[in-house]
Amino acid sequence: MIVAFFFYVFAAILLVSAAAVVSSRNPVHSVLFLILAFFNAAALFLIAGAEFLAMILLIVYVGAVAVLFLFVVMMLDVNFAELRGGFQRYLPIGATVGVVLLVELALVLGGWKFAPDAMSLRFAPVPEATHNTAALGDLIYTQYVFLFQAAGLVLLVAMIGAIVLTLRDRQTSRHQSIERQHARRPADTLAMVSVPLGVGMAEVSVPPPPAPPARRLAHADGHADGHADPHDAGAAHGGGHHDGGGH
Amino acid sequence: MSGFLATPVGTVILTVAEALAIVVPVLLMMAYLTYAERKVLAAMQLRRGPNVVGPFGLWQPFADALKMLTKETVIPSGANRFLFFLAPMLTFGLAVIAWAVIPVNEGWAIANINVGVLYLFAISSLGVYGIIIAGWASNSKYAFLGALRSAAQMVSYEVSIGFVIVTVLLCVGSLNLTDVVLAQRHVWFCIPLFPMFIVFFISGLAETNRAPFDLAEGESEIVAGFMVEYSAMAFALFFLGEYTNMILISAMTTILFLGGWLSPIPFAPFTHLGPLWFILKVSVLLFCFFWVRATFPRYRYDQLMRLGWKVFLPLSLIWLVLTAGALELFGWLPHA
Repeated sequence: MIVAFFFYVFAAILLVSAAAVVSSRNPVHSVLFLILAFFNAAALFLIAGAEFLAMILLIVYVGAVAVLFLFVVMMLDVNFAELRGGFQRYLPIGATVGVVLLVELALVLGGWKFAPDAMSLRFAPVPEATHNTAALGDLIYTQYVFLFQAAGLVLLVAMIGAIVLTLRDRQTSRHQSIERQHARRPADTLAMVSVPLGVGMAEVSVPPPPAPPARRLAHADGHADGHADPHDAGAAHGGGHHDGGGH
Repeated sequence: MSGFLATPVGTVILTVAEALAIVVPVLLMMAYLTYAERKVLAAMQLRRGPNVVGPFGLWQPFADALKMLTKETVIPSGANRFLFFLAPMLTFGLAVIAWAVIPVNEGWAIANINVGVLYLFAISSLGVYGIIIAGWASNSKYAFLGALRSAAQMVSYEVSIGFVIVTVLLCVGSLNLTDVVLAQRHVWFCIPLFPMFIVFFISGLAETNRAPFDLAEGESEIVAGFMVEYSAMAFALFFLGEYTNMILISAMTTILFLGGWLSPIPFAPFTHLGPLWFILKVSVLLFCFFWVRATFPRYRYDQLMRLGWKVFLPLSLIWLVLTAGALELFGWLPHA
């Protein structure tokens, strides 16, 4: 009685939110309704005693896939009026897919009615005396291990494909090489000298450190000029030292 | 009495009482967590921290709550009202419902379900929705940037958290949280799985958006990130959710790695203090959260992603394979 009540509550919300996914105008609302639909499907799994599937549905679909959906839908600036413009053009394909799905659904429901042999499989989703986690693990990793591995390989190929399609080696971007930073020692970059008053770096014969590879900061030179002492060369080297030591 | 509790009305009353018995202590702990954080940070920065309201400033959390309650709730003009208020409620609600499966002592869980670990993982991975929805519904660019950062961050770190959990489950052979704790009677998992313990703790910091991974708030760049448009109780709910999530992640770490309620001193008077040991372990972990916050500067976003995908993911994957190999090689598999 209570189970039936909850089943109908969750099933009703599931159907309503599934309808709202395709009918709502705002795509972000669509994704949020999709998430609600996932939730209710998970609740139905729980009622059916498939707690492992319910949790995996939440973790995989709601916790990861739908987050990325939402992420993309929110971030992309898609012109939906333009997308709707193609409605009539894509109607035949869409209608074909829809009809095929409808027929398949009818076949599944018909099988319920007309194939009593399948009854024994259907009404015992959970084997007695074992958790459905263990039962599923046993099934997937022993009986169907090759199919499982093949599915994983297909996903791997898809992932590599996506990376290959989108990876550009951008020469202009600056990368941080953490190994290089860690390998750097003070002795490589710092020289401690005691400079007498009024004497520039040229006089104490310290070679200026190698210039950093990319840019030279303009304001560092200006800063050194502000402190210019009578020796021009000293001022210039002082600027160079300031630049190198700033790292 | 037990006859009354078996009736439907009695069952409902019992369930509500059980829920209150865990939610009220958690909320109280959360209130004093804010106080503890301020005191710990103050001590580490040679300040005094809150010391005005009540003795030692002990009433500060309630003064803060009262202040939040009496403030005006401001709704941005372009905001989606329904989602704007759904987000904080979602954050707080998810942080609280996860406690239904946490066992604080043997048999002291409201719901001792078969898939407790998965339930916790699912709930903690849903926490990101509160943040994304808040960022989007606020109709503000800072809030939106914070939400996007948070979404990418939480999805990245969930991957390594998942592998760490699988590693622990390999050693336990069950998804039940009580079984996870009881499997640690001989040795806590933080000893054989020490690298995974560290990975889990750091990923927990990232999962709760705590320093040094608090890029979703990043007050120096995007003011307060997803919370920028929130005020009064809506803001307070985010705040409550964040701290409750911290306690939750600490409780998860305690259960998975620190032996839950098991006593480190294995004889009589100490072994009866299960819940106290549990709270003590959680508190030590929470102190580490504050300690990290006081010590480390915020990560840059590319560093965050590098740590998640290039360091933790391979590390946890390799350790998973090693653990499975060792269990198989030495015949330590739980149900072999």
